Amino acid sequence: MLAYLLRRLGQSALVLLAVSLIAFMVFRHIGDPTISLLGEDATLEERAALTRELGFDQPVPLQYLHYVGKVVQGDLGISYRLKRPVSEVIAERLPATLELSLIASLGALAIGLVLGVYTALRSEGWLSRAVMTVSLVGVSLPTFLIGIGLIYLFAVELRWLPSFGRGTTVKVGGWETGLLTASGWSAIILPAITLGFYNMTLIMRLVRAEMLEVLRSDYIRFGRARGLREKDLYFGHALRNTLIPVITIAGLQIGTLIAFSIVTETVFQWPGVGLLFISSIQGVDVPLISAYLMFIALLYVVINLLVDFLYLAVDPRLRRR
Amino acid sequence: MLLKTLFSSLLAAGLLTAGGAQAETLRWARASDPTTLDPHSFNTGTNFVLLHQMYETLVTRDAKGKLVPTLATSWKLTADPSVWEFKLRPNVKFHDGTAFTAKDVVFSLQRAKGPGAQVKSLLASMVEAKAVDELTVHVKTNGPNLIFPDNLTNLFMMSEAWAKAKGAETTQDPASSTENFATRNANGTGPYMLASREQDSRTVMKANPQYWGKGQAPLQITELIYLPIKSPATRVAALLSGEVDFAQDIPAQDVARLKQDQRLRINEGPENRSIFLGLNVGGKELKHSSLKGKNPLADPRVREAIHLAIDRDALKRSTMRGLSIPSGMIAPSFVNGYSKAMAAYPKVDSAKAKQLLADAGYPNGFDLTLHTSNDRYVNDEAISTAIAGFLGRIGIKTTVVARPIAQQSVAINNADLDFYLYGWGVPTYDSAYIFDFLVHTRGKDGRGPTNATGFSSAEVDKDIVSLASEPDKAKRDATIQRIWNVVQKERFYIPLHDQVIHFASIKRIDVPVHPDNAVLFKDVKLGAK
Repeated sequence: MLAYLLRRLGQSALVLLAVSLIAFMVFRHIGDPTISLLGEDATLEERAALTRELGFDQPVPLQYLHYVGKVVQGDLGISYRLKRPVSEVIAERLPATLELSLIASLGALAIGLVLGVYTALRSEGWLSRAVMTVSLVGVSLPTFLIGIGLIYLFAVELRWLPSFGRGTTVKVGGWETGLLTASGWSAIILPAITLGFYNMTLIMRLVRAEMLEVLRSDYIRFGRARGLREKDLYFGHALRNTLIPVITIAGLQIGTLIAFSIVTETVFQWPGVGLLFISSIQGVDVPLISAYLMFIALLYVVINLLVDFLYLAVDPRLRRR
Repeated sequence: MLLKTLFSSLLAAGLLTAGGAQAETLRWARASDPTTLDPHSFNTGTNFVLLHQMYETLVTRDAKGKLVPTLATSWKLTADPSVWEFKLRPNVKFHDGTAFTAKDVVFSLQRAKGPGAQVKSLLASMVEAKAVDELTVHVKTNGPNLIFPDNLTNLFMMSEAWAKAKGAETTQDPASSTENFATRNANGTGPYMLASREQDSRTVMKANPQYWGKGQAPLQITELIYLPIKSPATRVAALLSGEVDFAQDIPAQDVARLKQDQRLRINEGPENRSIFLGLNVGGKELKHSSLKGKNPLADPRVREAIHLAIDRDALKRSTMRGLSIPSGMIAPSFVNGYSKAMAAYPKVDSAKAKQLLADAGYPNGFDLTLHTSNDRYVNDEAISTAIAGFLGRIGIKTTVVARPIAQQSVAINNADLDFYLYGWGVPTYDSAYIFDFLVHTRGKDGRGPTNATGFSSAEVDKDIVSLASEPDKAKRDATIQRIWNVVQKERFYIPLHDQVIHFASIKRIDVPVHPDNAVLFKDVKLGAK
């Protein structure tokens, strides 16, 4: 078991190293940071001097080694664009993204479950058909269109909810949260719907399919024959067995939500890491882009490790190996 | 009813005791957030416009482009034509209460010339700044520089004592590993003081109670909230929903619709930015074409043909939706050296263009790659696609390659292009700035870094260099005209148009459009609620 754990940890380290290498190679093609650093009207001499100063004139493998060496020591450098330590900027922006992803995934899970169960139990009803049709339309629309549509309906026409920003935030410990203020909650609704919509339909369809499957199984039929109440049958027996694959999928989806919040954050000017990433790419902010990519890779690696450990806890056969 | 009357009279009484001054908050949206508050760090308009509310410069420009006194009350050349004298405004205080003096000016100019400062290109000719007395500064330039004060409209004055005490003496170097205090804090002499700042979210500024300009400027806005909103659709939505009072960077395709809205006011004016095509006239052969061993663009007849094939009026009508000023010159009208005659452009003439191509030996045309940015200028990619269509009519098969400006500017700096779309603004409002960067031979004595055309003329170079130290205004202007004549005749740049700026606001706010996309909120007057 220890060997298994060590092997998984080793694999994770390799993944991180590979991502950092790819990220590093990509920089060579996103543009020249010296132009964003010096401005369009710098002289060629100034540019050459800065290239030397930043070490861009050295061979790529050497630059990469230098970079990895610093990262291992915990030094992610200074953002070229914001002129602040990268680790600090990311830490400052992370709460916004985490809160948005959390609300989006919880909402998607809750609504997806309810709608999934409903459409499974009333699969022939008109409401179920309507829900299924809307979900198909929703899945095929791009995120930014959903976001803009919501903004025009709820912010411009009805004026119920804000079209951008995070509302008022308060500091709890080191965490800047919007979940303790009314304006924070009204600000998170539209982006959370936008971000969670796809997952909601995914969960709904999964629950519906699983539920229909379970409802056809023998133990439900025997249960019904024994005279169990429909309510207990559906929610006690059928739903419980439906949930296992749903939880696995939903857990993995949280990582995706954090990584793909880029579009939603841009549409709603949500001040999280996704918005930061987009601005960093436009500004050729190499230290920030690489740190963000490493962070997302780390996130996936950690989630996958946790899932593996969970399997280990669940499946005794793995432990004996 | 009685209760209501009582309540309103109480309210009125409350307001009276407050001196009748009502709190006026203005929420201001733009596409992006300034990267840092360090006034000398970046040379970008987005940074400057926000900084102008908190920091001040020696001189500023009014909406017509004329220099007006700000922290300097007057300026003139001394007996030595290489030395400018600035007289400073007395009784000016920084936000932290310290007095603004000549020492601060000297410090700020030196800081802005330092290694990490992007604005240093504007101070290239400055040799030394010296405090003569408390309120007089002498700046010595490298030879007589008639337009030196024109360079100072975005050079902000910092407090020497504050910067030294806070460890912000120099602008941060890209290679350094510590943060600079001035990145997130501000201490200027301006009408607004920084209250709070959250990157990409909001920056709140409050009126400066000690501002020197009280009584001179309206100063009606007491609180200013800057809200960056990246997505254009969301920015417009925020204006329509009433969450924002004033917005810049309005997308061209929304202008017509916003003008219809009775609740809004759209102001329009020419921008200090020309859009043009650059042509590789210096290369022996084209770099991005199937044609080998020849460079058709080196032939003046081919360049003239391209010039004649472009329908600038159609470009304005369809691609720009009426929101551009077609021009035959790569300088906007308020730049010294501009002339109406040079800005005139020909009517499209495909037949003549085809004839010129045939005369040059390309009766069947050739193929060309047009490199363009897609995130920098108004409709940049769409303009390029239209150009490809115009050139197709005369037989030049044009492939458009669109990419972000971050990559496009690398190619321009390396001069690795044949045919490219580019834009240029003139912060000094003088042609020399255009010549230094776009006309002078690339990379010779620090000039011409963005001249990717390969155009090179020793005579023109000599004329350009002479502009920096010519003490006689009439003679200098004559040289400028001489250089323009060459530029217009050689046609290594094909001008398309000048951009147009739009400011959108709620009706009671009327912000005049400034060619630099700048706003001074202290001057903004508010209508009745």
